[in-house]
Amino acid sequence: MHGTSSILPLRLEALSFVAGGQRLIDGITAALEAGPRTLILGPNGAGKSLLLRLCHGLIAPSEGRVLWGGRSLGEAWVRRRQAMVFQHPIVLRRSVRANVAYGLALVGVSRLERRKQAEEALAEVGLSTLADRPARALSGGERQRLALARAWALHPEVMLLDEPTASLDPAATRAVEKVIAAFDMAGTKIIMTTHDLGQARRLADDVLFLHKGRLLEHTPAQQFFTRAATAEARAYVAGELLW
Amino acid sequence: MSEFTEAFGTAARLIAAGDPELVGIVLLSLRVSLSAVLLAAVLGLPLGALLALARFPGRTGIVVLLNAFMGFPPVIAGLVFYLLLSRAGPLGSWGLLFTPGAMIVAQCALVTPIIAALTRQLIEDLWLEYREQLKSLGASRLRAAFTLLWDARLSLGTAVLAGFGRASAEVGAIIIVGGNISGVTRTMTTAIALETSKGDLSLALGLGFVLLTLTLVVNGATQLASETLRRRAG
Repeated sequence: MHGTSSILPLRLEALSFVAGGQRLIDGITAALEAGPRTLILGPNGAGKSLLLRLCHGLIAPSEGRVLWGGRSLGEAWVRRRQAMVFQHPIVLRRSVRANVAYGLALVGVSRLERRKQAEEALAEVGLSTLADRPARALSGGERQRLALARAWALHPEVMLLDEPTASLDPAATRAVEKVIAAFDMAGTKIIMTTHDLGQARRLADDVLFLHKGRLLEHTPAQQFFTRAATAEARAYVAGELLW
Repeated sequence: MSEFTEAFGTAARLIAAGDPELVGIVLLSLRVSLSAVLLAAVLGLPLGALLALARFPGRTGIVVLLNAFMGFPPVIAGLVFYLLLSRAGPLGSWGLLFTPGAMIVAQCALVTPIIAALTRQLIEDLWLEYREQLKSLGASRLRAAFTLLWDARLSLGTAVLAGFGRASAEVGAIIIVGGNISGVTRTMTTAIALETSKGDLSLALGLGFVLLTLTLVVNGATQLASETLRRRAG
């Protein structure tokens, strides 16, 4: 019944997350529109992954709120329209195809449909030939593409990706980036964290730059990489170590 | 020492000849222990998994109690079930006392906490690893509990084996609720206890051999099955 309503734009309103007396996310306000690929950049510990988890609803903010198309994460359909891919995806101890089908089963797709949709999603990421393999036997890159297929099979409007290539070699990284580009082409909003500047230059349309839990910049990628407004962002782009 | 070797000889002959009394005892023992473990697994696996994921006041107390029950003295379990199942007891109408059914119930009560406690620990550790992914995919806690059970199936085999070890080696509970009646409720362990006290060491030793061999076979078969599964399922 919500088939046509959009969960975009994503609005973060004075979002904070406090743990152990530290403000790990500190008063972030931003609006992410449909369309551009948004990359969340920043040094380690800046709060990139935490921000994605707050957006996805895996953790609750200490202050402020996350609004998807004006709705809260309390509504089940809002959670369903966005899928997340983790840096170290968990694959279940079953076949590659069954891993994709599992996600579909959770959203109530019938058994017959599951198989078909799982095949389609695996084809999309180039894993069709491995469908019957045990998922635990996949390489790191294949595992990540399986996680992408599992998320993709749910036809999300928004895909949240947390450092999806951080532990992959260049060839696997290229394969994953290709899949991400294909999702983007299909109209899925991409929101992704990375600490790989090269990757950010290749993929970003739109950049959120975080530093110590605060949002220092939200600018088009072109502008961010050539003339960032803050000294921290300029130093980051120049490859200097930030603390 | 000569008594010992003599007993060995008699034991070997009994086994080789397929002595009907011995065979009957072995089959009953297997039936009782395997039924008890099966029942305990059906109860203990979901119980352990649900306890691993559930959060409610008093949970820690239940976990401690469950862990403590792993070492529950079989004779006390036997006594409790004797009282429950005796004609005047609350479960007297079941008419189970001095039947294999009573032995299965008593052993199930001893084994369920072992399987549930080990499952709880295993699933709780796995949940830490899987939680974000399963929550992200929209799994309810109940669904997650069963997904984790299935994913931990290879490690859980060891928990069930521990339960089988307890059941097959146990004598205190079944001798009380079963009564060690020849041909009805006499198992390997109760027979060994009886024959030893009677001084018939050869039958006791023969049964001892069979019991040890069966334990090895069951463990070996489980190991083999788990390795095959591991190769197939990764």
